[in-house]
Amino acid sequence: MTAKPPPHEPADPIETIRQRIFSFPRRHFLSAGDLNALQATELLDLADAFVALNRQTTKSLDILKGRTLMNLFFENSTRTQSSFEIAGKRLGADVVNMSPRTSSITKGETLIDTAVTLNAMRPDLLVVRHASSGAASLLSQKVSGSVINAGDGQHEHPTQAVLDALSIRRAFGRVSGLTVAICGDVLHSRVARSNVALLHTLGASVRLVGPPTLMPAQAERWGVTVHHDMKAGLAGVDVVMMLRLQLERMQGAFVPSTREYFRFYGLDRDKLAKAAPKAKVMHPGPMNRGVEIDSDVADDPEISLIQDQVEMGVAARMAVLASLAHRLEEHGK
Amino acid sequence: MNGPTPPLALINARLVDPESGYDGPGGVIVSEGVIADVAKGREFGKLSKDVRVIDCGGAMLAPGLIDLRVKTGEPGAETKETLASAAKAAAAGGVTSFVVQPDTDPAVDDPSVVDFILRRSRDIDAARILCAGAATKGLKGEQMAEIGLMREAGCVYVTDADRPIVDSKVMQRILTYARGFDTLLAHRPLDPWLAKGGAATGGEFAGRMGLPSISPMAERIMLERDVALLEATGGRLLVDQVTSAQALETLARAKQKGLRIHASVSINHLSFNELDIGDYRSFAKVTPPLRGEDDRQALIEALASGLIDIVVSAHAPAPAEDKRLPFDEAAPGAVGLETLLPALLSLYHEERLPLVDLIRAVTLAPAALIGLQSGRIAPGAPADLVLCDLDAPLIIDAGKLLSKSKNSPFDGRRLQGQVLMTIVDGRVVHRAEG
Repeated sequence: MTAKPPPHEPADPIETIRQRIFSFPRRHFLSAGDLNALQATELLDLADAFVALNRQTTKSLDILKGRTLMNLFFENSTRTQSSFEIAGKRLGADVVNMSPRTSSITKGETLIDTAVTLNAMRPDLLVVRHASSGAASLLSQKVSGSVINAGDGQHEHPTQAVLDALSIRRAFGRVSGLTVAICGDVLHSRVARSNVALLHTLGASVRLVGPPTLMPAQAERWGVTVHHDMKAGLAGVDVVMMLRLQLERMQGAFVPSTREYFRFYGLDRDKLAKAAPKAKVMHPGPMNRGVEIDSDVADDPEISLIQDQVEMGVAARMAVLASLAHRLEEHGK
Repeated sequence: MNGPTPPLALINARLVDPESGYDGPGGVIVSEGVIADVAKGREFGKLSKDVRVIDCGGAMLAPGLIDLRVKTGEPGAETKETLASAAKAAAAGGVTSFVVQPDTDPAVDDPSVVDFILRRSRDIDAARILCAGAATKGLKGEQMAEIGLMREAGCVYVTDADRPIVDSKVMQRILTYARGFDTLLAHRPLDPWLAKGGAATGGEFAGRMGLPSISPMAERIMLERDVALLEATGGRLLVDQVTSAQALETLARAKQKGLRIHASVSINHLSFNELDIGDYRSFAKVTPPLRGEDDRQALIEALASGLIDIVVSAHAPAPAEDKRLPFDEAAPGAVGLETLLPALLSLYHEERLPLVDLIRAVTLAPAALIGLQSGRIAPGAPADLVLCDLDAPLIIDAGKLLSKSKNSPFDGRRLQGQVLMTIVDGRVVHRAEG
């Protein structure tokens, strides 16, 4: 007898969530590479149930009741911070937003000092964004709760990878066997690093497309193919994942101009035509329209998953928070 | 240094003398701060009663180490390290002489600061403290410092320490001018534009870690320029910490041309590679950054072939608050005075280099570069010696280091080679506990 696959739109989301909840494999979620295929699939199944919950009138649960979720954003990010805030509140957590960049905490204090100070306030879940690679990892060594990496420098943004995988799986019914092209400023992109890891784990093949100046050294050793010609890189792919071009990179002379960048690496109908017939387009946002993506493509609901990504973001983060909290409970914390 | 001490006979040792290339049984008699007699492969005759005899029990007796690259916090940042604390650490590591870098606060760019450091050092018995002067005023790379006056005040070479002299005209003039005083210029080859903002060595690993990187090319390009200027000026150049295989090729070509060029390598670059910064371990963040394993192997080969002349500790104290930061924000540098010898001995235990060649790179070779009489075991040479049990196992515990800062990438590493005794000017300045 073959087991029935879990339905993606459960009839009773709350019951399904309670059935699917699992214990996160580690205390912290710092890297998309922390999950094996089975764990990633379980997490996506749980996130699916949260999608259903979020589409109901009553969206709240008490899974995190009594827990404190602290959003610690050393770097601005309205989207990610709001997404975690909504996720935490829908799970019943007390959510506190801290922006140490603009508060007294930063005055002469090191990140470790900040961590120790905040830890004394006993947060259960600490969502951290920081401009330096490795900052979330450093902080996780000094706190007693769970740390979720919400973007550390150019290193990783693992919950973005989870929401991207969720969006892809819901659009295609699977991730395994698909070909995904990640295009643009790979060098500076934490989204790219996390996605390469998780998409591999889930069985997709990944291409990296971009100018050589925006490609990390020896990126082909990440288990991907590297393309500098976008049309060749997009040939036959199922998913085109565009990355934001940091406009300050223009001053660093990574590319000569936005106009030249768009000509060769911006996604428009012409280049997209090289992809598979029912290919989907993604972007982590916020978009630079006319720089890395044409509005014509970005706003076409037939091919764009960009709005779905935002919706999936809340569900994916609810799944991560709920399973991390479940682990804390299991360990008596 | 203090006055006369009673004669001392160190017998039953494994004597290692880099000057004669001797590595075998022997002993040394020390009197009035100098080596009075040396026995190689024989015993001393009857010793007079006033001689204090130390039986070395077969441990290695070698010249004390001479470290040409040590940073202290004094003057300006004494919480990191003082001259006295650095000297204690040196003694514990078998280092009998070391050269303080000029990038202090104020910088050592004036004969009065050289004088200050040397006067402070006179009261410190644990090690001989020497001083390097800045090559340019304020280490800014713009105007030449008073090289002649600083030389007269006692500085042993000039350097801008970690800062490359970017302006080629300035570099050319320093090489030319210093030649008049036969003064060595130590220069860190680093193209500042290629290196801008970098924290780790360029390559796949830094790419995966999302760390801003420095291409090894930055070293080679600047070294190519330095060699061209050296050829044109005929000065004396010490390449300050060569780290990459690419730069070694440039160095080899320069040496083949007969230029007066020498090179140092830090013990960190001989002992670690880029993977040691895994998990963003900022205690392994050094400058230049740790390179790939191929580079490390090339450095060991270059040391073995004599292409690299000397090994330095690159002692750079940084307190925990400067290190326990996200990797790209953390201060670079590692303390190394106490771990230099046991770490270097790894290459002997791994049979990569003969012991006498390793010892030469930290004794006679640096002594020759700056004109010291020490670094050899010969009658009349200063009695600066180290006694070391080559086989004694050691687990480095950074917390127990004598440096004021404990930023050691060797923390927890297993090494072999315990310094039993350090002698400076004929006096025992360090003796291992137990």
